[in-house]
Amino acid sequence: MTQRYVYVLAVLLTVAGFAMFVYKWQVLGFPLSENQETPVWTIESAISFDSGPGSIKVNLHIPTLTPGFRTLNENSVSRGYGFSLNYGSGGREAQWAIRRADGRETIYYRISVFEDAGSEQADTTPPFPPPPAINEPFKTAVDVIVAEVREHSADTASFTSELLRRLNDPSPDPNVELLLSDVDSEEDFVDVATMMLASARIPARMVRGFELSGRQRSADLEPWLEIHDGDRWLFFNPTTGEENLPDRFFIWWRGNEQLIKVEGGSNVEVDFAIQEAHLDAVAIAKSQSAKSGATLFDFSLYSLPIQTQAVYAVLLMIPIGALVMVVMRNIVGIDAFGTFMPVLIALAFRETKLVWGIVLFSVLIALGLSIRFLLERLRLLLVPRLSAVLIVVVLLMLLISLVSHKMGMETGLSVALFPMVIIAMTIERMSVVWEERGAADAMRAGGGSLLVATIAYIFMGLSWLEHLVFTFPELLLVVLALVLLAGRYTGYRLLELGRFKALTNS
Amino acid sequence: MFATARKLREAGVLGLNERNAEFIMRLNPRRLYPRVDDKALTKQLALEAGMAVPDLYGIIDNQGDVRRFASIVEDYDSFVVKPAQGSGGDGILVITGRSRRKRDMFRRSSGLLISEAEIQHHLSNIVSGQYSLSGNPDKALIEYCVHFDPIFAEVSYQGVPDIRVIVYRGYPAMAMVRLPTRASDGKANLHQGAVGAGVDIALGETLTGVLKNDVVEDHPDTGALIARLKIPQWDFILESAARGYEVTGLGYLGVDMVIDRDRGPLMLEMNARPGLNIQIANGTGLSRRVRRIDELYDKKATPAERAAIARREFSVDRQLQML
Repeated sequence: MTQRYVYVLAVLLTVAGFAMFVYKWQVLGFPLSENQETPVWTIESAISFDSGPGSIKVNLHIPTLTPGFRTLNENSVSRGYGFSLNYGSGGREAQWAIRRADGRETIYYRISVFEDAGSEQADTTPPFPPPPAINEPFKTAVDVIVAEVREHSADTASFTSELLRRLNDPSPDPNVELLLSDVDSEEDFVDVATMMLASARIPARMVRGFELSGRQRSADLEPWLEIHDGDRWLFFNPTTGEENLPDRFFIWWRGNEQLIKVEGGSNVEVDFAIQEAHLDAVAIAKSQSAKSGATLFDFSLYSLPIQTQAVYAVLLMIPIGALVMVVMRNIVGIDAFGTFMPVLIALAFRETKLVWGIVLFSVLIALGLSIRFLLERLRLLLVPRLSAVLIVVVLLMLLISLVSHKMGMETGLSVALFPMVIIAMTIERMSVVWEERGAADAMRAGGGSLLVATIAYIFMGLSWLEHLVFTFPELLLVVLALVLLAGRYTGYRLLELGRFKALTNS
Repeated sequence: MFATARKLREAGVLGLNERNAEFIMRLNPRRLYPRVDDKALTKQLALEAGMAVPDLYGIIDNQGDVRRFASIVEDYDSFVVKPAQGSGGDGILVITGRSRRKRDMFRRSSGLLISEAEIQHHLSNIVSGQYSLSGNPDKALIEYCVHFDPIFAEVSYQGVPDIRVIVYRGYPAMAMVRLPTRASDGKANLHQGAVGAGVDIALGETLTGVLKNDVVEDHPDTGALIARLKIPQWDFILESAARGYEVTGLGYLGVDMVIDRDRGPLMLEMNARPGLNIQIANGTGLSRRVRRIDELYDKKATPAERAAIARREFSVDRQLQML
């Protein structure tokens, strides 16, 4: 009965732990391993113009919805200009304004984005566009083509592909030729396509953006075609008619409005520069959830002050040490002093490093024990004797630190990190065992403690494990589940197999 | 590794984890522990239940009383000092006589002399809780020192050999004789180096011994053969052990008995967490016997009836038949 409760509880804890872990990992993008880096692109638009005599107002379209990407941060560098963000028909617009400026001015807008396949931002479902007003003879040409394309297609997507195929045909139909007669840029071409789609009552718009790849000193905006099929927006390559969006295509703005409007300036130039950098994934997840107000991050350790974080980085490894302890004692069957003494010693080893830790610990215990045996002759009562041992331990620590410092071994200083009360209790316990059961037993239990401490230290020092537990503390629920299961383990301990060896022959 | 574990499982060997989880936690409610952990209370309960125990000379339960020690032992030359809540025989001091020249010098079982002041220091250590399981202040018991029956003289090195009986739900399940050695300093605890010898429950005769975890044929100090010693008053011993269940209410119990030259079998103490080496001493696992007891369990059986059933069921011959 108890057995079943334990199993159910262990399963619940494991599921809860893993569920939170997967959510934070997959959805919030917390990295599994330390130093996991995510490429971050910084796109800088430099706007330069000759300022006129009066006031100047600059409007620049900036990214609004960017499927496949998330914004890390954005800013503008523009000395003396008033800066504001507005929503226009084509999405967000940055606006700079100044009363007076001299000569050629340059202002910058910078945005940093990182890739996130899961970023599907909700977009509006547009109304059916009104049929555009088109003059003859273009109207007849449009009507003829739309009718023909409709014949050869089944739905919105295939209509669009077919239309683009015809518009791109190397030996075009006379109607197409007529429509494309004024086209001399790709933007114009996409405009024509949008207009024709509108005649077929298909919501369509031009999008412009870049394919992000490495470092580009001056990137050109590429036009792309976006249509709405009633459910969602689809992207089409205007020159091939294929339905796709290139990898890492970063959409800057939508619609056929001009990228920039400058009032009171002339000779406007906009240059885009793209730079790729790699940022720590934790930093990205952090700034990301801070922005979206994800409450889970508020409960993550990364929201704590740095110093507190450092404390918890260590504290959170204690359950791992406890798990090692449980395994060593209940499943392997090693004798050790005190329940958690080895875990605390392992904690101290983190600072002293293993070899020095073992040396210092052994020296401390050996010196402490010999003084404890001297104290035994004084026939002190228990509490005063324990206190005397504690004081001796503190003095010994001081002595070891001073001697090693004089000898130029700075590692000796870290002896101060040993938990002195625990050491004092260990010395007392060991001396009692020594007297009652002999040196062999005392040494065995002492060695067992040191062995368990060493193994706990090795596990508690695994940096990937430390990162995992610190980033996903909910995994400790899984550790708890394991400990509960070990608590109901009724099989033999490993060392018992040797102990009862004589009975296997019966 | 797994093959060994399987063999042990087949031999019915009980492991520590299983003992703790399935026996101690299930059958020994914690509230009953004081009845065995406090030897003063055990003694009182056992006396009320009509069990034979060593006479109590005095109890010292605070530091001030330590001075009373000399007057308590005034009339006795031999006695035992033990902590009421000690574990594993720690803190037990056996005094077998006084120095001929000075009455305040005592002779320990090892033959070494110990002064009254040293004993008083030991008493105050006990009272301050050095030997108690929890480290809390404790009581020191001063009681009759058993003069052990010569039956085990050949196979003991000083000290008092005792008989440990494991009692499962009131039925004696397994027994062994614990023989002190030089290494165990006259104490009868296996982990201190005493030899354990299995006992055929049906006959009340010793089997081979075990030292630490190894089987031994003869005593390491005296060299005498351990096996086939007939234990006197075996019926009485089994019945007393079975009675331990009524006294303590513990379903998994170790009862320690000694045989006094003059007074016969006496119950020394009881243990709520008896060790598992008894299985090695008997060359067989506990699990099989425990299952048999579960089959035969009768709530209304008297201690004498339960002891009789154990004698019937757990003979070496019968075990061979079961295999």
